Amino acid sequence: MKEQKVYLRRKVLNRAMLVLCGCAAAIIIVFLVLILGYTLFKGISYLSLDLITQSSKPVGEIGGGMRDDIYGTLILVGLASVIALPVGLMAGIFLAEFAGPKSASTIRFAADILAGVPSIIVGVFAYAILVRPLHSYSALSAGVALAIIMIPVVARTAEESLRLVPNSQREAALALGISRWRMTLGVVVPGAVTGIVTGIMLAVARIAGETAPLIFTALGSAFGVQGLMEPIGALPLQIYRYALSPYSDWQQQAWAAAFLLITLVLGINVVVRLVSSRKTGK
Amino acid sequence: MKIDERMGTSPPGDIKGRGFAARVRVGDRVFSGLTLFFGLLIVALLIGLLIVLFIDAWPAIQKFGLSFLTSTVWDPVNEEFGALPAIYGTLLSSLIGLLIAVPISLGSAIFLSELAPGWLKKPCSFLIETLAAIPSVIIGLWGLYIMVPFIRNPVEMWLGSNLGFLPLFEGPPFGVGFLSAGLILAIMVMPIITAVSRDAVRAVPLTQREAMLALGATRWEMITRSVLPYCRSGLVGAVILGLARALGETMAVTMVIGNAYVLSASLFSPGSTIASKVASEFNEASGELYVGSLIELALVLFAITLVVNIIARLLVWRSISVRGTGE
Repeated sequence: MKEQKVYLRRKVLNRAMLVLCGCAAAIIIVFLVLILGYTLFKGISYLSLDLITQSSKPVGEIGGGMRDDIYGTLILVGLASVIALPVGLMAGIFLAEFAGPKSASTIRFAADILAGVPSIIVGVFAYAILVRPLHSYSALSAGVALAIIMIPVVARTAEESLRLVPNSQREAALALGISRWRMTLGVVVPGAVTGIVTGIMLAVARIAGETAPLIFTALGSAFGVQGLMEPIGALPLQIYRYALSPYSDWQQQAWAAAFLLITLVLGINVVVRLVSSRKTGK
Repeated sequence: MKIDERMGTSPPGDIKGRGFAARVRVGDRVFSGLTLFFGLLIVALLIGLLIVLFIDAWPAIQKFGLSFLTSTVWDPVNEEFGALPAIYGTLLSSLIGLLIAVPISLGSAIFLSELAPGWLKKPCSFLIETLAAIPSVIIGLWGLYIMVPFIRNPVEMWLGSNLGFLPLFEGPPFGVGFLSAGLILAIMVMPIITAVSRDAVRAVPLTQREAMLALGATRWEMITRSVLPYCRSGLVGAVILGLARALGETMAVTMVIGNAYVLSASLFSPGSTIASKVASEFNEASGELYVGSLIELALVLFAITLVVNIIARLLVWRSISVRGTGE
């Protein structure tokens, strides 16, 4: 009798906890659906052509759009990529191809820690080294801040994809008598290009939505895109400003812009992950 | 002829053969030196961050010393600055976030690695990773306009009228405040904790499970007594990684925490975190001391996340030494 009771209790507990685990996973997905659903629903209902064709209007005037901020985001992402890609790729190549165990673990550790530094601190850093000495908010300082966020991500994903290239390919190349650097650039890197591009695109998607490091570097601009040493607008920054503004017209624009941003960021993300998971068969 | 020379049959004085080898070696040395330079640049960036923040925070460090960490005043007019409410807010909101996120994330990790049928694993993982990719400003926008009204009117109203005698649920329901910030943080760290702990659970050898099942354990007993203890350090690492993310999260928290600078035990109270304080005041700050104090705040946050991150990395690395940390 007693054994049967214990057995029953164990079985019920087992079933209950397993169901709860399933519910836990469902809860996370429900949050995703809620956030995505509201953003898409509200965004589409406030979306208009003005958003991508008009500049922003000063306080008090109805209408206007975020053309300059969309343009600004593209410029900032491009600028950050130009700075971060060489650094990240070369560091990744070093980690995978040339580093000894000690230097590799030091740099890898630094990269992981740098990737974990809160983005607002990176913004403060860019402010301290570029905005303060030059006495001007600038697109350049924002690009540098985004690049610092991008570098460790690119380096680590490049390293991991390079490691997946079989050693036999390296040996075959070396056996043909070419030098190591040409082997690296001509054989190993092309062999890992899918993984490297995946890493780069995920990093781009991440920095395209970053806001915190832009607040006191890019600042935002009411006069469109002017130059690298001038303040510049950015889509996430404008969403933040408009969302906290008291004007319902601006709040609606914030939702519409959020729809654009989420389409851009998740679009890159989903496509890249689908393609790469198909290629690696994961 | 030429081939013979390269094979080393030519006399040692042959210039052509040596030139080729030397050229190869120079190219290699230049290239590997270049990659080393960029690798070291990452280390330099990390150290540079610390040094630059320290230098720029120096006016505030010099003026306030250790009292900066214990003072609750934030008065730009009289140039008196203290960090305690911001540090408190950062820790409190992260704690609330983790309390909500950890059970849900561990449950999901167990579900994804142990329970889910094969066809469900991939889409579920995919969706959870998608949540991690949503920009924080959009989560903040959703939090401010959708979640905060909901928190204010059933959640805080109900807690206030039923459990209002606790200091935890005292005061008027604003909606914005520590509770909302904690919930937003929970949403943002759940994907990370889930992904890392899922990898940790997966790394547990199959024999561990089989041994437990062979003893007659139910699946739940197998999971709690064999699988989870085996990957304990990886799970702790996952939680601490989530904590590091929560501590430094800026935009979403800034939008829902209400930006009051107070020490309050009530979860309903608006507050500030270090990151939200820096984000919302940096542009208006004027004067060496004001800016210096904000930068010192950033430095404090940097120090906290640095320590937390290092602990997390060490734990996760030790438990999943087979592969990277699943970034």
